Amino acid sequence: MTDSKYFTTTKKGEIFELKAELNSDKKEKKKEAVKKVIASMTVGKDVSALFPDVVNCMQTDNLELKKLVYLYLMNYAKSQPDMAIMAVNTFVKDCEDPNPLIRALAVRTMGCIRVDKITEYLCEPLRKCLKDEDPYVRKTAAVCVAKLHDINAQLVEDQGFLDTLKDLISDSNPMVVANAVAALSEIAESHPSSNLLDLNPQSINKLLTALNECTEWGQIFILDCLANYTPKDDREAQSICERVTPRLSHANSAVVLSAVKVLMKFMEMLSKDLDYYGTLLKKLAPPLVTLLSAEPELQYVALRNINLIVQKRPEILKHEMKVFFVKYNDPIYVKLEKLDIMIRLASQANIAQVLAELKEYATEVDVDFVRKAVRAIGRCAIKVEQSAERCVSTLLDLIQTKVNYVVQEAIVVIKDIFRKYPNKYESVIATLCENLDSLDEPEARAAMIWIVGEYAERIDNADELLESFLEGFHDESTQVQLQLLTAIVKLFLKKPTETQELVQQVLSLATQDSDNPDLRDRGYIYWRLLSTDPVAAKEVVLAEKPLISEETDLIEPTLLDELICYIGTLASVYHKPPSAFVEGGRGVVHKSLPPRTASSESTESPETAPAGAPPGEQPDVIPAQGDLLGDLLNLDLGPPVSGPPLATSSVQMGAVDLLGGGLDSLMGDEPEGIGGTNFVAPPAVAVAANLGAPIGSGLSDLFDLTSGVGTLSGSYVAPKAVWLPAMKAKGLEISGTFTRQVGSISMDLQLTNKALQVMTDFAIQFNRNSFGLAPAAPLQVHAPLSPNQTVEISLPLNTVGSVMKMEPLNNLQVAVKNNIDVFYFSTLYPLHILFVEDGKMDRQMFLATWKDIPNENETQFQIRDCPLNAEAVSSKLQSSNIFTIAKRNVEGQDMLYQSLKLTNGIWVLAELRIQPGNPNFTLSLKCRAPEVSQHVYQAYETILKN
Amino acid sequence: MIGGLFIYNHKGEVLISRVYRDDIGSQAADSAVFSSSEPFPWTLSRPCVPFPLRRNAVDAFRVNVIHARQQVRSPVTNIARTSFFHVKRSNIWLAAVTKQNVNAAMVFEFLYKMCDVMAAYFGKISEENIKNNFVLIYELLDEILDFGYPQNSETGALKTFITQQGIKSQHQTKEEQSQITSQVTGQIGWRREGIKYRRNELFLDVLESVNLLMSPQGQVLSAHVSGRVVMKSYLSGMPECKFGMNDKIVIEKQGKGTADETSKSGKQSIAIDDCTFHQCVRLSKFDSERSISFIPPDGEFELMRYRTTKDIILPFRVIPLVREVGRTKLEVKVVIKSNFKPSLLAQKIEVRIPTPLNTSGVQVICMKGKAKYKASENAIVWKIKRMAGMKESQISAEIELLPTNDKKKWARPPISMNFEVPFAPSGLKVRYLKVFEPKLNYSDHDVIKWVRYIGRSGIYETRC
Repeated sequence: MTDSKYFTTTKKGEIFELKAELNSDKKEKKKEAVKKVIASMTVGKDVSALFPDVVNCMQTDNLELKKLVYLYLMNYAKSQPDMAIMAVNTFVKDCEDPNPLIRALAVRTMGCIRVDKITEYLCEPLRKCLKDEDPYVRKTAAVCVAKLHDINAQLVEDQGFLDTLKDLISDSNPMVVANAVAALSEIAESHPSSNLLDLNPQSINKLLTALNECTEWGQIFILDCLANYTPKDDREAQSICERVTPRLSHANSAVVLSAVKVLMKFMEMLSKDLDYYGTLLKKLAPPLVTLLSAEPELQYVALRNINLIVQKRPEILKHEMKVFFVKYNDPIYVKLEKLDIMIRLASQANIAQVLAELKEYATEVDVDFVRKAVRAIGRCAIKVEQSAERCVSTLLDLIQTKVNYVVQEAIVVIKDIFRKYPNKYESVIATLCENLDSLDEPEARAAMIWIVGEYAERIDNADELLESFLEGFHDESTQVQLQLLTAIVKLFLKKPTETQELVQQVLSLATQDSDNPDLRDRGYIYWRLLSTDPVAAKEVVLAEKPLISEETDLIEPTLLDELICYIGTLASVYHKPPSAFVEGGRGVVHKSLPPRTASSESTESPETAPAGAPPGEQPDVIPAQGDLLGDLLNLDLGPPVSGPPLATSSVQMGAVDLLGGGLDSLMGDEPEGIGGTNFVAPPAVAVAANLGAPIGSGLSDLFDLTSGVGTLSGSYVAPKAVWLPAMKAKGLEISGTFTRQVGSISMDLQLTNKALQVMTDFAIQFNRNSFGLAPAAPLQVHAPLSPNQTVEISLPLNTVGSVMKMEPLNNLQVAVKNNIDVFYFSTLYPLHILFVEDGKMDRQMFLATWKDIPNENETQFQIRDCPLNAEAVSSKLQSSNIFTIAKRNVEGQDMLYQSLKLTNGIWVLAELRIQPGNPNFTLSLKCRAPEVSQHVYQAYETILKN
Repeated sequence: MIGGLFIYNHKGEVLISRVYRDDIGSQAADSAVFSSSEPFPWTLSRPCVPFPLRRNAVDAFRVNVIHARQQVRSPVTNIARTSFFHVKRSNIWLAAVTKQNVNAAMVFEFLYKMCDVMAAYFGKISEENIKNNFVLIYELLDEILDFGYPQNSETGALKTFITQQGIKSQHQTKEEQSQITSQVTGQIGWRREGIKYRRNELFLDVLESVNLLMSPQGQVLSAHVSGRVVMKSYLSGMPECKFGMNDKIVIEKQGKGTADETSKSGKQSIAIDDCTFHQCVRLSKFDSERSISFIPPDGEFELMRYRTTKDIILPFRVIPLVREVGRTKLEVKVVIKSNFKPSLLAQKIEVRIPTPLNTSGVQVICMKGKAKYKASENAIVWKIKRMAGMKESQISAEIELLPTNDKKKWARPPISMNFEVPFAPSGLKVRYLKVFEPKLNYSDHDVIKWVRYIGRSGIYETRC
């Protein structure tokens, strides 16, 4: 007998016929009729008119017929609520049936009939079924509570079903436990505040026991529920991990992924030094690799998750590059994901293999895949410096293929390579220029124009090339227009004589004939710059470019942490938090990774004192975090940085680069440059233009007012040291030191004339430096300095000068000029002169920030032989703007939690551990820019020991 | 959790539709055809919508996935805040629909499982079979997915109470019923009690697929074996089984005590990268003692899957030589070498040599087997029925090309190979499979056991 015939009745009057058949006396005929009805329902025909007739068939001994009628009921009851009541009696009766399968069927179906009136009648049978002697009925009833809660949450609470459900967690049957957990988890999700799933070590133990016994699906429910639990300390976390790891060998990938989620989450709490931590890391890799031999759809889910895991803990899969090599027959979605992970895992060790693979991929058919492969070659060049040359030659090979989209993609990445390694690969420009005509995508055109502008001095016909683009200026996309404008201005600055006409043309096109405000503004700024001060224009337009980051498409750290809590779920597939795609109240609760707590300190409440041990480590995911200072210039490109906001005021470009050959200007009148604007980077990094910024001390005075509150005492001042010996400076000896008093920094100089002639016309300039230190006023030496005379000068400094990272960080290169010559010297300034007065962080903020800063950024130092006690230390540091936020005593040790802020807005958090009677202190520093830590430590040393 | 489940044919017509939750299609929409340009009338409210009108989710999937012009870019599609998971079996689409943040891996595992269950009941998943069994499918769906939560889906257990004839309620005794329910919900959900065989017998198949990607120069870019141990058991009662193989970790552990024995027998052990087990295996015991013990389901099941990457025996080596003679001619020479004991025979050997799209003619000479140029597949297919170990064979071909002005170079897809060998390329050996049934009076010695090894090619490619 086949059922397909039911699908074929399409003639008119069908409903009428069905009605007759449904009311037939013959059982068989009835059954046939109901089947036809269900078939019609499936294909989308409206058979609701038959409701009373179908319900009439319900009272039957024939189970098959009964099931069919139930199916119909579930689908149509809502449209006929009054009629649905007719069915209630049968349901109630069935719930008393001696056969447990029928009892379960009744309670399951009743839950699916989403009619308010019925739910009232459901309560009593459900209560009985929850306590049924048969586990099959109980497990069905457990799910039914969730169904009922979905229809009428209040009713479920009033009837006390939730408590019964909680009791079922301790049921003897593992499947009942699993379903109860699933139902409770879902109900809890819609009541984030309620403490429904009251997980405690006892209930966790029960769940872990059930985990070994229940079905694969039940294991998933339990593991997903476990992942929401926060163990009270690392020991508990470890013991749960130990009991979860066997699940990694389950044949069901979902069980494996859910186990991975639990482990990834609880690992946060384990100390890295633990042997177990390493074991766990090793155990995680093989199952993740095994997931890649599953069916393609599951591979896709696995790969999306591995992408997250690789970002969070790169060490797990760093040796497994090969398994991510693309297979010829992989579906495209698997190929693209594998490629993504390959780039993330690329390192010096495996780059040769990776490149060979990428080259293969670049010859494939799928356009998206090929593009991504070409782009990946570029990323490798930027990530692994040793491979750059091979990458470039591979890209050139690809350009030779003349396949349009390959060429364009290659040009876009070569532009990035030029930026990363200036003056290295420019020989390929000629090849690039050959392909100018074939470029039709804006991104590629913009990249090519950038290259032409950037290297205008080396391309003989740069003006012609750019002019050719200018013809269709208004048809170009904004990206190309902006780039063209900048490129032509660059060209003009490099070859002013031949290109005057061209620059005028582009400026008028951009300013007069364009409706685009961005383009217009940029045009005006260039115009004004060029007309008022071409030298400054050169400084601005041809300034050094900020570094580009090594990693792209990184997920922002807080989001990454949240997504780690959602491993295996849709959120991890979309790489979006559930709130982005789930409607209503569900899933809005943000999950976060547990902080790491040592068991010994578990009694401390986290609100009152910062967690003793640092929270879980995080990988270095802020792009180019190794160079946060460089990153300041590049804010638009990086992902948002959470935590204390970085003071990014306007980035000012000192107009004069002393050591870079701008000596003429040194003689000039103004030491301060024009507040600059930064039009350097091709991806249109528009840092706020600050054209009219007040010059000199006025600005720093303003800063002083806002920052110098309260503290009157100045910070520690080191004795003056000789910076420039007389023999090196034709008789001029300079010694000095740095001070910070009431918010203002100054450089105290002592100039001694050891020559035989009078010195006049003193001037001072600083080279660009890490914190933008610059003189706030000219060097005032009132009278000529006669031989053997010494003069003391205090030179006010500000920190709004231009920024360049120095090595060491606190290095300051200074040029001093007098009537004899220009002298250069460099000195190191103590970092504490940069500690600002408002560096006291709010407690909550401190806690949050401490947790937020990745663990790699933490550095520990020993301060030896310091005889002070905690109070003395605290007050001593306070006078140098290191603020103690909290203090507590742990096992006889004083823990001081301190914060300080640097002039450029970088916060440094510190934990100082002082043991009474022991002159050696332990200092832990956490900062988003870890390179400052060493210098902060030196500052601590200096302050405490003097 | 899963909000609904649909089965479509290749035209996008719905064959099966089971809605578990109201949220997946909320607003009454005419079931008339949607055009893809039309926005879907989604709303946030949840009015009472009778089933047949709840069509928009169904239609959205048809329009956006089944009828999509482009190749499917992802097995998970989000349309108007509704997520669709799909798998395809021949030309049947199975789609699970949800509006929540469900466990995606679980949904796919469930869809696969559902395919298995359906296949176990009525064979191939085809439109005809689905239409013929739609009542059964609804009944199954009712049982294995409750409110979107997957329940017990082991066919062995399901078959005890869901049959084509429905629940055999009338004929069951009370004991039978409670036996069913305890089995469905119990610890050993995959086996029922009271199974009896006159002859206790079991079959073990070690099935491996060996995967290789080799560079033209003969360098192994990647190679791995993914293997399965499939067991067919016809054992009485509730037998406790213990399975042993030459797992390096186990051998080494035991080797400490009986070092002589292992060295004498010269048994090679293999390093298993990772393995997964059927749910009957006690995972915690494997984790602690690395022993594989279980009570098997009755009949056929997959006991374990494993993966190895070390010391793989690559049964064949392919040596390609491609020479471009001018713009219109290619010369291809491929040598295959078998690399295993001469006493063993490989079977069903097939070498597939891709040819460019603009091939106009091919001339092939091969020493052994038959070779043919198949224009429709853009490949020369060389078939050899049998080949012993440590042998070598060669094919050479001249490929005439039509002149084209296509700038793009021929991508040179890899040469792929298929074969079957009677050993396990990973080197895995079954050491024992012990059966204990304390309640019945048969012992391990009474069980007749069969072991077979089959190594097949997975993706076995050599670039040229």
